[in-house]
Amino acid sequence: MSNAAEVLPDRMPAQIMIEMQAVHKWYGEFHVLKDINLVVGRGEKIVVCGPSGSGKSTMIRCINRLEEHQQGRIIVAGIELTSDLKHIEAIRREVGMVFQQFNLFPHLTVLENLTLAPIWVRKLPKKEAEETARYYLERVKIPEQANKYPGQLSGGQQQRVAIARSLCMKPEIMLFDEPTSALDPEMIKEVLDVMIELAQDGMTMVCVTHEMGFARTVGDMMVFMDRGEIVERAPPKDFFASPKSERTRLFLSQILAH
Amino acid sequence: MADIDIAEEIPLPAQQRPPVVTSGVIGWLRANLFNSVFNTILTLLAVYFLVSTVPPLIRWMFIDAIWSAPNGQACHAAISQGAGACWAFIGEKWRFIFFGRFPYEEQWRPLFVIVIIIGLILASCDRRLWGRRLVLLWPAGLVIVGILMWGGVFGLRYVPTELWSGLPLTLILAVIGMAFAFPLAILLALGRRSKLPAVRMVSVAYIELVRGVPLITVLFMASVMLPLFLPAGVTIDKLLRAQVAFILFAAAYLAEVVRGGLQAIPKGQIEAADALGLGYWRRTRLIVLPQALAMVIPPLVNNFIGAFKNTSLVLIIGLFDLLNTANTALTDSSWQGFANEAYVFIAAIYFCFCFFMSRYSQMLERTFNRGHRR
Repeated sequence: MSNAAEVLPDRMPAQIMIEMQAVHKWYGEFHVLKDINLVVGRGEKIVVCGPSGSGKSTMIRCINRLEEHQQGRIIVAGIELTSDLKHIEAIRREVGMVFQQFNLFPHLTVLENLTLAPIWVRKLPKKEAEETARYYLERVKIPEQANKYPGQLSGGQQQRVAIARSLCMKPEIMLFDEPTSALDPEMIKEVLDVMIELAQDGMTMVCVTHEMGFARTVGDMMVFMDRGEIVERAPPKDFFASPKSERTRLFLSQILAH
Repeated sequence: MADIDIAEEIPLPAQQRPPVVTSGVIGWLRANLFNSVFNTILTLLAVYFLVSTVPPLIRWMFIDAIWSAPNGQACHAAISQGAGACWAFIGEKWRFIFFGRFPYEEQWRPLFVIVIIIGLILASCDRRLWGRRLVLLWPAGLVIVGILMWGGVFGLRYVPTELWSGLPLTLILAVIGMAFAFPLAILLALGRRSKLPAVRMVSVAYIELVRGVPLITVLFMASVMLPLFLPAGVTIDKLLRAQVAFILFAAAYLAEVVRGGLQAIPKGQIEAADALGLGYWRRTRLIVLPQALAMVIPPLVNNFIGAFKNTSLVLIIGLFDLLNTANTALTDSSWQGFANEAYVFIAAIYFCFCFFMSRYSQMLERTFNRGHRR
């Protein structure tokens, strides 16, 4: 039952950024995460996929403690996640997260959304925070929207602001929880382009997504989850060409069919 | 950007103008007031009601009113001849209604207090001043109010709180009451939603207990029962007791309004704030409360207006607020029988403050909803 043994021989990353060891989680009686073992090295891009309800969102939300795991260990950027608030806040400073529903702060302008955490958490002077914010807005290609409110932007623009907001904290790791699932088709590409650029810059990324083109382009490893467990993991090339498990094959045939 | 390119490359079809809807006054009347038998009857009834009430009222208040008279008898004589309101009564008694039992020659002090409090309120309404400056302005203003009312320093005569009365008393009760009740209400509302069972239980118990009791009971308890429990020789000022009772009471009501706003904040907002590492208090202050409070401005102001008018209940425990000074003015034997005039006058004063609050809240709503507009 040890997935760790399966992983360790073929890839032993230089610096481990995220380590999940035998992680379990229950919602009441429902066993949502079963014996999750995952190692993510610095600069690695992990793409997590699987049918809905398979626990993939829950898994990445455990990495920054939006969900609490009940068994096993999670070590992020060298800090172990316990109920110690200091540890949780330290990890959250190093881990950025992008949500399916963007979750921008609607009462603040784009620029204020971007500078809020750097000013209040990183204690940056306002001017410096704004410079950083403008730099990242430039990178996600919407510098002209700085003074608008989130409600005035399109979905794709909002998601790019959300990515920039996370980047302004200069995180070591970025988590993406279905970042394109709530977008209209014509806006998916603009968000994926930003994510691809980020990946090429060497960011450590864990992405829950069904964008298989993105997975092929930047993914170092595919993780397939079903019913709360990691069923299969492999480099994208092998994962798509020769999936080992029957469940993976079925899932791939469903999402690649059309 | 992709979306802009598309708009530029493909020309839009020619814009159609919306059809013209209006067709003059008659058309509007027909479409809105006489568009069915039922509406026609309602319109006619409303017109009849207005015609039969508004002109007599205006005649009573202005046209036939008596603006000056030497005494009450003269007014009553004129009224028996068909005259309207006797505003001469207000002319005679306004100083007492405004300042009550405050020593007559010292009444410039409560007048300044009124000016200072209204000034503080107006300054607080200006969003440009929000922040540290206002936080310093309020204590400074209240210290001056205290010095003016109490005296005893700078050569001012000492005036005990039993003599504080009229509009300054009403304003002090209301403004200090709300200034303390509001933060307390926010803490109670947060407490009620806390993950810590002890904090939650205390908040729920407090809110339910206080909400379940009429304000008059709370005031009576503060004025009659509380002294019984205090050790002999210890007394707490009656005004202070009423003020604290008022704060505790208003906070329980406001807390439930604030909680309504807190509940309307989507979970994603809290998750996003957590993911950025903001922590509970910063998250609450920067993300949750600004949105929650903006959402509940109408019920919040509703409560403030209610609380403002509730200050008039302190007359039950013998404090001379605006209503009580008006009542007392009515007992003057040479000016008896002008209750209508007295109550219309103080109603107008209450209305000015409440209407101001209402208008200001509408302005705030417009400002705060800017971000949410699509």
